[in-house]
This record gives sequence, C-alpha cells and structure tokens, in this order.
Amino acid sequence: MKLKKKIPLIDQHDKFGFWGGKFGGSYIPETLKKPVDDLTKEFSKLRKNKSFIKKRDFYFNNYIGAPTRFIKLENLSKHLGGAQIWAKVVSDANGGAHKIYNATVHALLCKSMGKKYIVGDTGAGYAGKMLSMAAKKFGLKCKIFMGAKDIKRQKPNCDAMKKNGAEIVPVTTGSQTLVDAVSECMRYWVSNCDTTHMCVGSTVGPNIFVKICGWSTAQISRELKKQIKIKFNKIPKKIKLINCVGGGSSAYGFWSEFIDFPKSQVELVGVEAGGPKNSKLHAAPLSRGAKLGVLHGAASYVCQNNEGQINETESISAGLDYPGVSPIHCFLKDTKRARYTYATDEDALNAYKLVTRFEKLNPSLEPSHAFAEAIRIAPRLNKDVIIIVNSCGDAKKDRDILKKRLGKRI
Amino acid sequence: MTNLINLAFKNAKEKKRPALLTYTVAGDNTKKKSLEILKSISKDIDICEIGFPHNTPIADGGQIQTSAYRALKNGLKISDVFQIVKDFKKTKNSKPVILMGYYNMIYQYGENNFIKKCKSSGVNGLIVVDLPWPENKGFAKKCKSKAISFVQLLSPTTSKERLKNIIKDSHDMIYYISMLSTTGGKLKVSPRQILNNYNKIKKIDPKKNCVIGFGITEKTIAKLRSADGLVVGSAICKEITRSLNNRQNPVTNVSKVVAKLRNKIS
Repeated sequence: MKLKKKIPLIDQHDKFGFWGGKFGGSYIPETLKKPVDDLTKEFSKLRKNKSFIKKRDFYFNNYIGAPTRFIKLENLSKHLGGAQIWAKVVSDANGGAHKIYNATVHALLCKSMGKKYIVGDTGAGYAGKMLSMAAKKFGLKCKIFMGAKDIKRQKPNCDAMKKNGAEIVPVTTGSQTLVDAVSECMRYWVSNCDTTHMCVGSTVGPNIFVKICGWSTAQISRELKKQIKIKFNKIPKKIKLINCVGGGSSAYGFWSEFIDFPKSQVELVGVEAGGPKNSKLHAAPLSRGAKLGVLHGAASYVCQNNEGQINETESISAGLDYPGVSPIHCFLKDTKRARYTYATDEDALNAYKLVTRFEKLNPSLEPSHAFAEAIRIAPRLNKDVIIIVNSCGDAKKDRDILKKRLGKRI
Repeated sequence: MTNLINLAFKNAKEKKRPALLTYTVAGDNTKKKSLEILKSISKDIDICEIGFPHNTPIADGGQIQTSAYRALKNGLKISDVFQIVKDFKKTKNSKPVILMGYYNMIYQYGENNFIKKCKSSGVNGLIVVDLPWPENKGFAKKCKSKAISFVQLLSPTTSKERLKNIIKDSHDMIYYISMLSTTGGKLKVSPRQILNNYNKIKKIDPKKNCVIGFGITEKTIAKLRSADGLVVGSAICKEITRSLNNRQNPVTNVSKVVAKLRNKIS
C-alpha cells in the first residue's frame, strides 16, 4: 500500500472506489446505484469546469469568508514552554465551523443537478446548521436528520437550523446519535432519490461523498499553505498539523496540501475521541485498533463486535461521536503518513480550559481534543517546532455541556 | 441435486399462481418463536427468506428494524441464525431457504466460511442488500460454486443496460424492488406500473424467475399475482410486533396472516 505524489488523495482510489485496495468503495443498495452514478458523473464534470470553480471560489471568498485567520497562540506557547503553538481559526468561517465548505458545494451541486430538495445528517449540529444555511442561500428545501440525544445536547445549533427554515427529523433508533442519523438519512434518500440530493456531512459514506467533502474542505489547507509561506517565508523544517478526527473531513481539509511533504518535515496528527476516562466506550477506531468493516456504504476501521454489529460509542463531543471513520484516514494510517491518537473527554475539557484561559479563542469540544494533544506534546519539543492546530469549530454550540461540566458561562 | 428454488417456482406455476415468499427475521422475537413461526407458515409458502439482523440496516424501514433490534436484544448471534435454518430443515427439508442481510456480517465471518456454513446448514440462496453488481461478482461466483443461489436485486432506478448485465450474471432468481423505498413503505406506485417494469425485466430473459418485493400487503398482493413470485416481509414483522404488544401468540397470528396472503393469490 503506497501513497502517490502529486495526485490529490481523494483521487487515489481504484475503479471500484477503494483506497489502498480495501478502504472505501460503495456498498449501497441497488436503488442508490443510479443517483450515486449520476452524482459521480456530475461532480467529475463540474470540478473541471472553470465557471463552476469560479462560482465555488466566489462563495468561498464572499459567503464563507476566506481566508480564515492563522494566528500564533503566544500566551499558550509561553505557558507550556516548548514548541510554538499556532491555530488555523477555521471557526471564523460563516456559521462557525468547517462544515460550511462541504455544505456550500453540495448546495451548488444540488442546484446544478436540478434538484430542489436537499437532506443531510448531523452530529454536533454543525453539518446540519451549515446545510440549512446553504439551502436557504440557494433556495433549496432542507431536511436534517439528527439523533434525539444530539438534539438535546446541541440545542443552539438546532435553533439555528430551525431559524434557517430547515426541518429537523429526530432519530430515535439505536444510540440516538450521529450513526443513527446517517442511517436514517440514507434510508430517506433511498425513498426519495429521484427528487432529492443527499449531503453526507463528512468524508465518509460511499466513495463519491468522501471525494466531494474532501474536495470542499481542502480549501483550509490551500489557505494555510499560503499563510505559512507569508509568516515564515517558506515551509518551516518541522511542522505538526494536529486535527481532531470524527469522520475526518476537517483533518483531510487541513492536511491535503501537505501530504506530499516528507513526514519528517510535516507530521500529520489525528486525534480521535477517547470517550470518558473510565468508560469502555469510545469513538476512536483508528487509534484503538478497531477492525475493518463496512458501515454506511464504505469499508473502514469501525468500532464493532466480532459479529459485525456496530458498537455504541461515547464522547462528550457529538461531532466526533461516530463508530466509523473516513477511508482516506484508514489509508493514511496504514501507509503510516499520519499518526492517530485519542484524547478523553476530560483531556478535551482541560484543554478547553487552558486555551480559553490564555487565548482569545473559543474552540468547540471537537478541536479541544486536538488542543489536548498539542498541550501534551508541546512542552517536550524545541521552540523551532511549529505546532498548528485546526480550531475547526466554535464552542457556542457547547454552551450547555460546558456549563454543566465546568460551571462556566460562555 | 434438484435446485429447490427453481422447483418451488415450477410447482407454483403449475398451480397457476405466483410463488409466495415471506421474510422474517431470525430470532424475532426469540430463537424458539421464530423457528415455530417458520414451521407453522411453511405449509402456505414456497420459499422462506430469513433475515440475519444487523443493527445499522440502511435499507430497512421501521417494521423490519424493530424486528431486527428485538432479535439482537434477545442476544441473537449469527451462529443462531444457522442453527435456526438447520432445525427448520430437519422437518421441512424440501422448503428452500434464502438468507438475507448486510455485507458487514458476512465480511466479519469471512466470505468462504460464511458460504461453507450456509451450505452445511441447508441454505439455498443469499441476498446481500448492500453488495450491488458489479462489486458482488466475486462473491456471487463463490456462492455458485457451492450451489448457493446469489439473488441479484433490481430497482426502478436500474438502467436498461445495467438490467441486461445484471440479469446475465444472475442465478436462479432475481428480485425486483417495486419502488423507491426502504422495506415496508406504503406502495406509492400503481401495481400496473410495477408490473410494467417487471415485464421489461422478464422480456430480457423470460426463463429467469423474478420476484417482486417491498410494500406488498394483503391489500395489494392480488393485483400483482401475474409475477413469478411475491415477497411479503414488513407486513409480517408488523404482525409480530402487534401480537407482542397485545400479549398474543405471534405464531398463530402470523400464520393467519400468511394463510390469508396465500388465499389472495391462489
């Protein structure tokens, strides 16, 4: 298994859609074959179309807001006394998280395919909120599938979705979280694929959805590469790009421009959700050795039992609370290009406390997992080492959880 | 060895009626009860479809999901599914059994092991919901080499070119999904429209046995009786749920429903 250079990772799959010969694919019911094929054709056409790219860039610049800031966390770096810690503040993007890139592209695709309805899944509520925003912007009718447990714990985002005119469909099956929301959304699409476009909220699902999402979030690293060159006049000798990984869309977007660099120069570090400290449940298939399995139309490492039943997961962060992970991260893991680890709920909360104490930054619980790893490794590293954390979401949505766990008002 | 699936279609045709196929979930609501249900309904049906339940079923509607979760909650394992088939076949040796489920369970069991176990338990066919053509070619071939029919699925969205290719690669039976829906949806297209599509499939290869499934109930089954076979699943799962809720015996209630279905097409 080997990575190719100079070809975007999203395109390094075989004709059946597998990365590294075994990750990804399209395990879908026959009914979805045609809509998936149609979407595949449309996307491969549009991504080469100059006026479509122009349109995308227009909305990225003027609607989402590009570039998002790249800042040094001076106080935090000083406090930890080791490597320099920087942040790419992707939460500056319209709506407050990276999910807006994928949502905007899907809305554009939906429009160009002549469909008027768009549906999507959501965990933390950001994918849903952004899709509802994009749908409103482009005049599409929008339905969001969300686990009943997540609706309760991410209320601010639900309020935003409703305000944007989207219908939230509560999913009450299984663990009532993201995994069930994705299943229900796919079922809805099976029944309505003739009139409706489906947006998968991360780099997961059948091959084409991994590609579209990765192609959209790649904007993050395009911006970052330029910003690094401006700040340092070149790409520094030692960089660590640390990103949380649930499905893996922000991590792929953060890394895509840097995958061809040698590992010794740009290290890629993915941080999964380890769940509560003393719980057996987690959402960390890569770093805790889950087996390869098929979930939601793709083969990836999946938290599951010996029989192939999908495990329940547990994490304080709804956005990372998912038993599977993107096939492209499985590929990056097995080719050893990226390193994956996990942070517990407590680690993430402590990181949140530390970051907000020292910096004017309010990372949501998802990137707080990434900050936990940065905080862990920074003190042992030389000050020439540049750690960059993707602060991919804003903590407004976590108001209730943070108040409960930290007694803090934000 | 005679092919039990083909034989079942032949027998039904001789009686000038479509074959009746039922779908129940193994272990719903217990291992013992699901076996009793199978034994009890077998006199009225031609082919048994038995689901091996998965907890993330992306193509199943509410009724079958409920049945699957119920079976899993009662601790059903894949080995129990094979045991149920084996026990059923002890007394109903000539009744063909088709297992239906999602690929991850086969993948975790190992394709070859799974097929071997099917063979030794008496399974005659397999339907894998999320393993479409052409990705299923390799697995279908393995099934065939062990004389297990791999059942290809077709849907209203399947293009003509694709229909031809899939039918060419199909074994004894093909399964036409009546409409764009998960299992158990309300029939949103007219039976005439469904039969129209069905006839297009038959025209490509008249010799292939083609069944229609999804959304078929007591109310709609008679209108589709010109097909080679008809599958009823969710309506039966629903009856099991209803019986349990009313503290009634699902075995007798389901048997009554199946007898009625059979009556409508006889």
